[in-house]
Amino acid sequence: MTNPTKASTEGASSFARVQAGMARRRAAERRFKLLGRAAVGIGLLFLAVLLTSIVSRGYTAFWQTEMRLDVVLVADEIDPEGTRLVDTLHKADYSALIKQSLRDMFPEVSSRRDRFALYGLVSNGAAFDLRDRVMADPSLIGTTVSLWVPADDDVDMLMKGHIDREGPEADRRIKDTTLGWIDQLEADGRLALRFNTAFFTKGDSRDPELAGIRGALMGTIFTLVVTLALSFPLGVAAAVYLEEFAPKNRWTDLIEVNINNLAAVPSIVFGLLGLAVFINVFGLPRSAPLLGGLVLTLMTLPTIIIASRAALKSVPPSIRDAALGIGASPMQATLFHVIPLALPGMLTGTIIGMAQALGETAPLLMIGMVAFIADVPQGVFDPATALPVQIYLWADSPERAFVERTSAAIMVLLAFLALMNLVAVLLRKRFERRW
Amino acid sequence: MKKAALALAVLSAAATSPVFAQSSRDYISIVGSSTVYPFATVVAEQFGKATKFKTPKIESTGSGGGIKLFCAGVGVQHPDITNASRAIKKSELEQCAANGVKEVVEVKIGYDGLSVAESKKGKEMQLTRRDLFLALAKQVPNPNGTQTLVDNPYKTWKDVNAALPAVKIEVLGPPPTSGTRDAFVELVMDHGCESFDFIKAMKKADKKAFKATCQTIREDGAYVEAGENDNLIVQKLDANPSALGIFGFSFLDQNRDKVRGLAIEGVQPEFETISNGSYPVSRPLFFYVKKAHVEVIPGMKEFIDEFLSKKAMGNEGYLAERGLIPLPKDEYAAVAKSVKAMEAMK
Repeated sequence: MTNPTKASTEGASSFARVQAGMARRRAAERRFKLLGRAAVGIGLLFLAVLLTSIVSRGYTAFWQTEMRLDVVLVADEIDPEGTRLVDTLHKADYSALIKQSLRDMFPEVSSRRDRFALYGLVSNGAAFDLRDRVMADPSLIGTTVSLWVPADDDVDMLMKGHIDREGPEADRRIKDTTLGWIDQLEADGRLALRFNTAFFTKGDSRDPELAGIRGALMGTIFTLVVTLALSFPLGVAAAVYLEEFAPKNRWTDLIEVNINNLAAVPSIVFGLLGLAVFINVFGLPRSAPLLGGLVLTLMTLPTIIIASRAALKSVPPSIRDAALGIGASPMQATLFHVIPLALPGMLTGTIIGMAQALGETAPLLMIGMVAFIADVPQGVFDPATALPVQIYLWADSPERAFVERTSAAIMVLLAFLALMNLVAVLLRKRFERRW
Repeated sequence: MKKAALALAVLSAAATSPVFAQSSRDYISIVGSSTVYPFATVVAEQFGKATKFKTPKIESTGSGGGIKLFCAGVGVQHPDITNASRAIKKSELEQCAANGVKEVVEVKIGYDGLSVAESKKGKEMQLTRRDLFLALAKQVPNPNGTQTLVDNPYKTWKDVNAALPAVKIEVLGPPPTSGTRDAFVELVMDHGCESFDFIKAMKKADKKAFKATCQTIREDGAYVEAGENDNLIVQKLDANPSALGIFGFSFLDQNRDKVRGLAIEGVQPEFETISNGSYPVSRPLFFYVKKAHVEVIPGMKEFIDEFLSKKAMGNEGYLAERGLIPLPKDEYAAVAKSVKAMEAMK
């Protein structure tokens, strides 16, 4: 130190320089944080807008306008010969009985046109509800039953305020006379909004008031079960082999590159593959959940393999070394020490893959699962559709009442998705170990 | 190595043997047009509920795609019925026959009107097919009167036809993959195009050039492809009173409180005008039945009967309620007769 004063002034000046720049640096820091917060905020805002628009449009679908009818079950109409055979009961014209009960309520309606409008107050499904009721208990024949039946979708939309009462009559789907009947029925307590159980218990229908998501939900569940049963063991086995046993050479490199590429292939390609291989070569039935599950397995496998390999990689080598050191074979070390520790990560990857499969429609289009299927599937061979497909089909239907049902189906899909992610989080919390 | 060979053998045996193949099917499988889909599904549902047969499965694949699947062969893995919003082509029938589908029964079910609609708040223009062609084609006859084609210069409807208001041309319509677009091109554009003699003359001389001129829609933003979703078009019209939209009559019928159909050549799209043929933009709808399947798949006959019954296809049937324009009486009788006899197409 030949010139201490210079050094000290230099030190002081650099300190001063830092001091002078401090405010600017702090401001930059604040800006940076603010930017991050704004990004998160915008994301949340979009989410909120999306959810509010779906919920505000869809929550009314969980209620359905129903009408209380007193139907006289005339024995001569249903079963004139009194045989009570299942076939006779099945074939009887129940809609005539429903119409009669409507006429009894409004005896003043006489013209043909008005009568048609009157019959239109009740859903087409009412006659089938009545049939099912009579077939379940034939002793009802000859008595008068009082039952709640779904009202027509136009009446439902009016009750929920989706149809404007005030506009000029010519433009309204519900005319003034009909409005009068509806008001009277409402005053009599015969028209009420009740919980829409049909939405959860029935399959698809072209009448919005009868349409339910059970068919699509079961289809989704069957498809995902097949996907899970195939892709989890296959994916984990492949990952374990590649990560723990496979030699490192050109072949395994090639396989790795291919797996990574496959994860990025558009899903429609897997649908085309399914069409070409599973339907045309193996002759599997079109539209079946089994087929859907196979195609979605192809799609989710790369995701599961990549996630599982990452999970295996994160297990510290000391675990393997310790196991091998006390005399375990490589298989024992992998099975009893490495895999249990990697399992939470593998499961998370699998559930992410499943969630991805849950929202897929493009590959299903190619294998015939985008279809009108009214019967609820009973197994993996029955024709079925899936929740996202159902949403797409409803969104495309002309009837206005399908708008709210589309949103309601989206809510169910989101709930399903949230449930799966919750399971993933819980599994991770339960089994995860930090090093 | 041995094991691998064995596995391979098992796999190949499985592929060739009918173990996996469907041996029977107890439901009807229907494919085809998205325009017929809303009608076919209603019949299928009614049929499934009222009878003991299973509800038919209906895929919406588009007319062309449906015919391709339908014609792939005879056997339970192939569909039994295909819906179409146009008549089957001769080349398609030949394809069918080549794959063993020799007998196909044609069933005409009614008509569909294409509507050009606007918001209730719109100006209620009176259009002709010629106006629509001039407004929407990529190339139009030179406005100076010479017989040449120029890139479409028109910006407002007034430019097209002095009688129309000076509103910017903005039409929302279906994309080229849609059957509705095919029908629009065929029924409106071709017709408007032919109203110019020199283009009409081209039809004979050079069919390809004629098609290219008449069927190419402009891409400068005046025609907006609004996706396959007709509901979306209705919502967009509601928000934009100066735009027009093109969609099927059933959507107009369901949304009359929001949109209004425009008269084409002075005729409003109404139930009656489409049925009697005075509304110029309508097309017949069909389904085709594979005769070889009628006896094999349970419920085929009953399903066709249900479709053709008065309570479905009649003037006051439930299909009319959904917006299908029923066949005139004599045409209905002829269809019913030929279907009853299961007359195959020649």
